[in-house]
Amino acid sequence: MTVTILTGGRPVDQTRSAPSTDSTGPLDAAVDIAVDDTSGLVVAVGPNLAAAHPDARRLDATGCLVAPALVDLGAHLGQPGFEGAETIETASRAAALGGYGAVVALADTDPCTDSAAVVAELRALAKAALCEILPAGALTHGRDGAALAPIGELADLGVRLFTDAPRSCQDASVVRRALEYAAGVADATGAPLVVAQRCRAADLAGRAVMHEGAWSARLGLPGQPALAEELIVTRELALARLTGGRVHLQQLSTAGSVALVRAAKVEGLRVTADVAPAHLVLTDADCAGYDPNLKLDPPLRTAADVAALRAGVADGTIDAVATGHRPCTRDAKELPFDEAPAGSIGLETTLAVLLTAAADGAGDLPLGSLLAALSWQPAAIAGVADRHGGPIEPGRAAHLVVIDPAVSWRYDAARSASRSANSCFDGHRLTGRVRHTVVAGEPVVIEGEAQR
Amino acid sequence: MRHLLSTEDLSPADLADLLDLTANFAEIQTRDIKKVPALRGKTVVMAFFEDSTRTRTSFDLAARRLSADVVTFSAGSSSVKKGESLRDTVETISAMGVDAIVVRHASSGVPRRLTEWTDAAVINAGDGWHQHPTQALLDCYTIQQRFGSLEGRRIAICGDVNHSRVARSDIDAFTKLGAEVVLVGPRTLLPPSLEGWPVKVEADLDSVLGDLDVVYLLRIQQERLGSALLPSLREYRARYGLTRQRLDRLRPDALVMHPGPMNRGVEIDPEAADDERAVVLDQVAAGVPVRMAVLYRVIGTGQFDLDDDTPGREVAA
Repeated sequence: MTVTILTGGRPVDQTRSAPSTDSTGPLDAAVDIAVDDTSGLVVAVGPNLAAAHPDARRLDATGCLVAPALVDLGAHLGQPGFEGAETIETASRAAALGGYGAVVALADTDPCTDSAAVVAELRALAKAALCEILPAGALTHGRDGAALAPIGELADLGVRLFTDAPRSCQDASVVRRALEYAAGVADATGAPLVVAQRCRAADLAGRAVMHEGAWSARLGLPGQPALAEELIVTRELALARLTGGRVHLQQLSTAGSVALVRAAKVEGLRVTADVAPAHLVLTDADCAGYDPNLKLDPPLRTAADVAALRAGVADGTIDAVATGHRPCTRDAKELPFDEAPAGSIGLETTLAVLLTAAADGAGDLPLGSLLAALSWQPAAIAGVADRHGGPIEPGRAAHLVVIDPAVSWRYDAARSASRSANSCFDGHRLTGRVRHTVVAGEPVVIEGEAQR
Repeated sequence: MRHLLSTEDLSPADLADLLDLTANFAEIQTRDIKKVPALRGKTVVMAFFEDSTRTRTSFDLAARRLSADVVTFSAGSSSVKKGESLRDTVETISAMGVDAIVVRHASSGVPRRLTEWTDAAVINAGDGWHQHPTQALLDCYTIQQRFGSLEGRRIAICGDVNHSRVARSDIDAFTKLGAEVVLVGPRTLLPPSLEGWPVKVEADLDSVLGDLDVVYLLRIQQERLGSALLPSLREYRARYGLTRQRLDRLRPDALVMHPGPMNRGVEIDPEAADDERAVVLDQVAAGVPVRMAVLYRVIGTGQFDLDDDTPGREVAA
């Protein structure tokens, strides 16, 4: 048994409020946290734990926040099928460096995750991972939006979240049946399944490569209107109302979507939602240089959309920030903007990007809301709140991230742990960084360096 | 001027300078020997990833008349179709030591991306729906030749503005030189947002026809019918085409312009195309001196004296 003590950090979780981002003085409430890599649990939280564990390894957390490790509701991990862009091992290293303790592996692999065999393969590959990998299931067979995937069989293997992402199922009847069918199945822990949906009306989106607006007009690129998203959001909410089903809306990007979800929650529909970090920070104006790393799906929208999404995270309308980590090879991203695939990697930078936004912004992204949206709220949606997302207490699973909120650094995507370098934040100066990450009591990242 | 990517990068003074220079080169085109040694020893690559006989020929002649060495690289005969990336292609061309790359591509933004991968000057010969800056310059030159200046002139750009790189460049250049631009066409063919565009919009061509100095017709493509942008070419002609009846209502001193190639009987009736107010061939003719001016500004050394009419002589530094 090896005990590690994180010394002098300030714990933040759902039971302990976060300090305001502008506090510059010494952090109060600093304590030591002892974790054990055999049991994988937190063994003690309190002052001066070194006396009780004289042989323990000590990791300095002075001046840092210690939060439950982050949980990502959706990343494309490349395996099986797209090993040229990413593997589960490389993605998990990037995830650990970004403070993640668990990552939902989206189902758009080749073959896709629509069978028990692929779930088994993912679990085998995940043995090399630095954090927990949670396979998502395809919602439909082959992700083709027509016939249901074997939802019950996958649920028996512990799959909780079902999605055809990045595809958006166009057939309302199929989504209705999926919601009805999933409502009668529970996952391995007895919790209800989650039908997750990307929202893009294919007919309105057409061949669009960015947001339709002033910038698409100026740049001479086909754009998709915000309505292409909001139409499907409206449909999903109506289907949730019809079926009583549990819907999760992925990667929302427009002010209209936020308003729709806010009203649906007031109404009492069983709906949750997530947003990608880029949509809280960047706008369609950032496409002006035609860099395909800024080509995202959904596309970057306007400053008004960014403000609405931030407000949605702050007031809990948006439950989670999900990386949408989507690795692409260099060759693919060197195609012209309109031909290049959409997507950005993000596991390594999401926390830092949001801390930077919180520090730079006008207080519209409170640190407490951010950590909730990065850790315990997605843990609940992913059905792993029993072991992820805190609180930080003795006897709980020891998945922790130690965050240095003040350090300023420049992100160089070429040096990412991911196999791909297609980041929309390449070259950005960021404030705040992961110092240590602990997964199941094991320090997998120490002083910003992956340990394996 | 390091590159020419977009008219947006040109100030009114830059435009005026290029048009002045164009006038000088146009004068050289009237001489018996049309070739000057301004770019002797320089190499220009024509990288046409999208086919264009007119623009390529015009750039080719412009470069040769400045004594540059010209290499033509077209996608059909190159390794591009064998899966080589754009970046590898451009880095390969650059490695051979070229001074300027004239690029035409079906995708918006490609010339801009190229500047990140090469030390050569990049000249945009048309990218997607985005920009076609030398077309705008030759259009400005043509109008200036007729009216002396664009200041205060009223210009209607009619048709498929949304899919037109010519329109984007022209709107920018015309308004920078003081003209008033009105866009005429069905809403389906106008950009989805005109926020920040210095233009007026008019759905009815007949309501503006009588007081135009220039009617600029854009090419209508058959494929627009398939995506529900237009009911039919016949209906387009009836509502927006420059028909003989509309031609009669145009002022006697007005100009009819078109970037070519024309769809006679769609956006322009044969009578209008052949009318003496149509300056389509003047536009084509202006293309060569305009592109000479651009090449000279981008890769010229500035030592050549244009007023020296002794062909083959260069002024010492």
